[in-house]
Amino acid sequence: MRWILFRRRLADIVALCFAGLATAFGLACLASILWTTISKGGAAIGPALFTEMTPPPGAEGGLANAFYGSAVMVLLALAIGTPIGLAAGVYLAEQGRHTRLAAAVRFVNDILLSAPSIVVGLFVYELVVRPSGHFSGFAGSLALAIILVPMVVRTSDEALRLVPDRMREAAFALGLPRWKVTARILMKAAMNGILTGVLLGLARIAGETAPLLFTALNNQFWSASLDRPLANVPVVIFQYAMSPYNQWHALAWAGALVLTAFVLALSLLVRLAARKGRHG
Amino acid sequence: MTAAVLSPARARPAGFSRDALFGLVTWGAAWLVLLLLLAIAVAMAWGGRLAFATFGPGFLTSMAWDPASGRFGALVAIYGTLASSAIALLIAAPVSLGIALFLTDIAPPRVRGPIGIAIELLAAVPSIIYGMWGLFVLAPFMATHVEPWLSDHLGLAPLIGPIFSGPPIGIGMLTAGLVLGIMIVPFIAAVARDVFAAVPAPLKEAAVALGATRWEILRRVTLPHTRSAIVGAIFLGLGRALGETMAVTFVLGNAHDLSASLLMPGNSIAAAIANEFTEADTALYRSALIALAFLLFVVTFLVLAAAKLMLRRIDRTLGKAH
Repeated sequence: MRWILFRRRLADIVALCFAGLATAFGLACLASILWTTISKGGAAIGPALFTEMTPPPGAEGGLANAFYGSAVMVLLALAIGTPIGLAAGVYLAEQGRHTRLAAAVRFVNDILLSAPSIVVGLFVYELVVRPSGHFSGFAGSLALAIILVPMVVRTSDEALRLVPDRMREAAFALGLPRWKVTARILMKAAMNGILTGVLLGLARIAGETAPLLFTALNNQFWSASLDRPLANVPVVIFQYAMSPYNQWHALAWAGALVLTAFVLALSLLVRLAARKGRHG
Repeated sequence: MTAAVLSPARARPAGFSRDALFGLVTWGAAWLVLLLLLAIAVAMAWGGRLAFATFGPGFLTSMAWDPASGRFGALVAIYGTLASSAIALLIAAPVSLGIALFLTDIAPPRVRGPIGIAIELLAAVPSIIYGMWGLFVLAPFMATHVEPWLSDHLGLAPLIGPIFSGPPIGIGMLTAGLVLGIMIVPFIAAVARDVFAAVPAPLKEAAVALGATRWEILRRVTLPHTRSAIVGAIFLGLGRALGETMAVTFVLGNAHDLSASLLMPGNSIAAAIANEFTEADTALYRSALIALAFLLFVVTFLVLAAAKLMLRRIDRTLGKAH
C-alpha cells in the first residue's frame, strides 16, 4: 500500500519536474538567442551601419541599402496585403458569416497561415520574375504581401466577430446602408484587434527570408527602383552569415541584432497593449 | 408622381449600388484567398511538369541528384524533410506539453503571464535568426558536448548504433531537428495551454476529490479530454517543421547523400530549393526544384488540413463554433 503511494508520488514529482525543466529549456533557448545576437552584433552597431552600403569582401561598410530596401518592401507589402486581407475578413465576419464560401475560406486561410514561405517565393518567381525576366523589389513585396494576407484575414475576421450584435442592430435601425455600418462603425469598434493583426503581420514579414531569395534577390548597391533587384536585411544576413569572411559575419550579426530587436519589441508591445486592452 | 415620393426612391438605388459594390469587393477578396491556394498548387505543378514528365514516378524514389548529367531524384530531400521533422516532433511534443502544464497548473499565477509571453516570443524570432544561432552556437555545442557522447555510448549499440555513429561535426540531421523542435514549441504550447485551461473545472475537481495527483489528473482527465486538440496542435507544428527553410538550410549541411546516421549532413526539400534555385542553370534543374516544392506543398497541405479538422472539433466544444 505504502509502495503504491510512493510510486504515485514519485511519478507526480517526476512529471512536475519535467514540466518545470521544459519551461526552463524554452526560456533558456530564448535567452541564448538574445544573448548571442546582442553579444555578437553589438560590436558592429554604429553610425556606419546605417549610413554605408554593403561592402565587398574584406572592406568596411554598413547595411544602409539593405535597411532601406527592407523598409520599402515591407511597407509596400502592407499597402497591398492589408486592404485585401481586411476585405476578405469583412466578408467572413459580416457579409457571408455562415455561408459555405466563408467556411471554405476560413479553412484555406488557416492553411495558408502555416504554408511554407519558400513555396510562396517560388510562386511569385513563376508569376512575376520569370515572365518579366528579372528579379525585382516589387516581386519581393508581392511575396511578403501573400504571406501577410492570411494573418490580416484571420485577425480581422475574429475582431469583427467580437463586436456585439447590438451594435449592428442599432446601426441598421438608424437606416444606414450595410457598407457604412461595416466601414464606419464595426471596423472602428474592431480597430484594436485589426491593428494588432496588422502589426504582428508586419513583425512576421520583416524577418521573412525564404520568399525573398528568388524574388527581390539582393543588391550590393543603393537602388531605389522597385523594378530591379533590391537589397534587404534578411537576404544580406543569409549571404553574409554563410560566407567565410569575418567582416561579413560581423555585419550579419549586427543586422540580426537590429532585426531581432525590431521584431521582438514590436511583438512584445503589441501583445502587452492587446492584453491591457482586454483587461481594461 | 410627386417629388416627395421620388427622392427616397432615388436615394435607395444609390445606396443599394454602393452596398452591392462593397459586397462584391469583399466577396472578391474572399475568393482571392481561396484561389491563392489553388494558384500556388497549380503554379508549382506547372513549373515542375518538365521534371515529372522526364522522370515519371521514379522521381520520388530516385536518390540521384546530379545537375551535371541532368539526373534528379527527390528521395534524399524527402527523407531529410521527414527525418528532421520527426526529430523536431519527438523533442517539441513533450516539451510543449510540459510548458503548457507548467503554465496552467504549476506556475504561481503572477509569473504565468510573463513566462507565457516569453514562450510566445520564441515564435516571433525570425527563422533566419534561428538558423544563425543554430550554426554558430548550437552546432559547436552539439559537436563538442552531445555528439561525441552519443557516438561513444550509442554508436556501437545493436540496431540503433548506425543512427548515432559518425564524426561529431555538429552539422547534420540531429542539429537541424533540434532547431526545428525549438521553433515549433511555441506553436504547440500555445494551443495546448489554451485547451488545458478550458478543461471544465468540475472534471478536475472530481479527480482531486478522488485523491488524484497532478500527474494523474493530466494523464487521466486533461489529456483524454483534449486529445484531438493536442494531436491537432502537434500536426500544426509538423506542418510548420516540414516547410521551414532558413533555419534548416544553415545547419543541415546541404549534402545530397542518404545516410542512416543522424550525425551526418543531409538535405531537405526546402533547404535544397533555398540553396540551389538561384544557381540552377538548366530548365530541367529548375523544374526539378519546383517539383520538389510541389511535393512539399501537397504534403504540408494534407498535414495542416488534418490539423485544422482536429482543432475544429475542439473549437466547437469550446463554444467557438464557426
